[in-house]
Amino acid sequence: MALSMEPAAPVIAVRGLRIQFGATVIHENLDLDIRRGEVVALVGGSGSGKTTLLRAIIMLLQPAAGSIQLFDQEIVGIGDSAAFRLRRRFGMLFQQGALFSSLTVRENVAVPLHEHTRLPAQRIAEIADLKIALAGLPADTGAKLPRELSGGMIKRAALARALALDPALLFLDEPTSGLDPVSAGAFDELVVQLKESLKLTVVMVTHDLDTLWSATDRVAFLGEKRVIGYAPMRELTRAEHPLIRAYFEGPRGRAAREQMCRAK
Amino acid sequence: MTLNVPVAAIIRQESGIWRCEGYWTLDGIETLDRPLSGIRWPAGVVQLDGSGIQAIDTTGALCLLSLVADLERDSRQVHRIQFREEHLALLDLVQERRASAGVLPPPPPRQSGLERLGRSVAFHLSGALGFLAFIGEAAVALGRLMLHPGRFRWRALFGNIETAGVNALPIIALLSFMMGIVIAYQGGQQLKAYGANIFIVELVSLTMLRELAPLITAIIVAGRTGSSYTAQIGTMQVTEEVDALRTIGIPPMDLLVLPKLLALIIALPLLTVFADALSVFGGMVMARALLEVSFSDFLDRFPQVVTPTSFLLGVGKAPVFAAIIALVGCYQGFQVRGGADSVGRQTTVSVVQSIFLVIAADAVFSVILGSVGLWR
Repeated sequence: MALSMEPAAPVIAVRGLRIQFGATVIHENLDLDIRRGEVVALVGGSGSGKTTLLRAIIMLLQPAAGSIQLFDQEIVGIGDSAAFRLRRRFGMLFQQGALFSSLTVRENVAVPLHEHTRLPAQRIAEIADLKIALAGLPADTGAKLPRELSGGMIKRAALARALALDPALLFLDEPTSGLDPVSAGAFDELVVQLKESLKLTVVMVTHDLDTLWSATDRVAFLGEKRVIGYAPMRELTRAEHPLIRAYFEGPRGRAAREQMCRAK
Repeated sequence: MTLNVPVAAIIRQESGIWRCEGYWTLDGIETLDRPLSGIRWPAGVVQLDGSGIQAIDTTGALCLLSLVADLERDSRQVHRIQFREEHLALLDLVQERRASAGVLPPPPPRQSGLERLGRSVAFHLSGALGFLAFIGEAAVALGRLMLHPGRFRWRALFGNIETAGVNALPIIALLSFMMGIVIAYQGGQQLKAYGANIFIVELVSLTMLRELAPLITAIIVAGRTGSSYTAQIGTMQVTEEVDALRTIGIPPMDLLVLPKLLALIIALPLLTVFADALSVFGGMVMARALLEVSFSDFLDRFPQVVTPTSFLLGVGKAPVFAAIIALVGCYQGFQVRGGADSVGRQTTVSVVQSIFLVIAADAVFSVILGSVGLWR
């Protein structure tokens, strides 16, 4: 009973992870825990391996050593059928959206449903339309092709596809990059709102300081091939590590913080 | 952690109240649709009890709401009782979003056969006109280049000659050698029956030099190089690289089309000569093995029966074929719109069209050369 009282068991547990491409080591002995219901951002300078870590967690990349547990299941060296079942439980928003260009938005959202369920086509179309609406897109978007959408709409359509299977866990790779400040702010709000109402756990890679301040519960700072800081934003910006200071103490970092403090 | 309880959404009647139980989630509702349609609902008021619902997600909420909507459409009243606060919140969210969700558009009206025919003719005519316009643009760009030869991109030209010409040598060698063997073998059987073994020289040399070697080479190059031109330009079109070139002030015609066109016009005749040599060699090997015509007999007779005209006519067709392949390949590349799908489609169109046009051009050559008496 005492165990189940613990409020937030980790959904993702990474231990001693090493990822390398040839002789280049990206991560060495990296540990990271993400609890149920959290919004966690991975940050760090360019080339610090944020996206690489994300790709390892969603099984697109085999690490060289270490262990990754997703929903209490070890995914390093996982079998194909177990991986297939696990893929049903998370959604991924790729940086460029990665919508299938030959399919309409509705068909894009329906792809995972057709692949993972045996629901009738009519019901799948209904579910797809609901997800499109949940992502905040106007009703006529479903019939459009990806090339007819603006950048912000592509992100939302990709989010609708990521939400297709009602995943408990959502991965976002730079969700607000390439969006204007208003759209980016609206996207952050959408993520927080969906997280609240659908009880999602969200892991995102982002450079957007406004997103970090307004949408995250904790931020993991990647540097020196591991996580060098992992705390809520307010604490992280006070960290002593020179890399973290350099990241947040630049003029843009300060401006975002001041704006945040004024808003509160 | 593993539960052996089946994950399913359940709805059952108990003393006049309809109890929703179990897992109203994507996994759970897969089994729900069929039993739902079998339920005979009472008239008047339906009481739905949600206290037994273990978990609900947006898909389950959608199912429940569409059930409620169906019941209300049949003029029943639905009372939701004992739903948990958090489940009601999700139902409200889905209800609100569902109201703004799109309705499926009506399928496009079926076109009559005549309309389809008309549309297809118009489509292909506009394609042909577009291709003509493209040829015109390429000619203008070529003219501009003549005036400013210093702006020509030599590196691109040599790079293209290497990939389209030098790198194609092995496959051209193998295939034309085998073509020589096939022709000599098939024809040789007939000649042997009449004791006319030595005429194998005419058969192989004229067939190969005038018709087959240029044609085979052009077809291989269309499949190998024309398709890569389309895919390359098409992908650049998708990633806006073509627009970037325009913005920087480099006409895509100058960088992407002219070097490819000129490279192929230079490379294809050379490849054809190479194919001529290898296919005749294939014929020689077969003639010796099958018809007892030795290499020296073959080579003695070769200059007597093959005039330079025959050789030049074959090689002379190659630049025309090259222009067709390069122009079709580049034109189809610029026709790419959208994404990966379109790249694949235009690449197919490019190969089919260029092979078609090459063979059609070859037929036109035969008719014209025949009518002016250049048979030999």
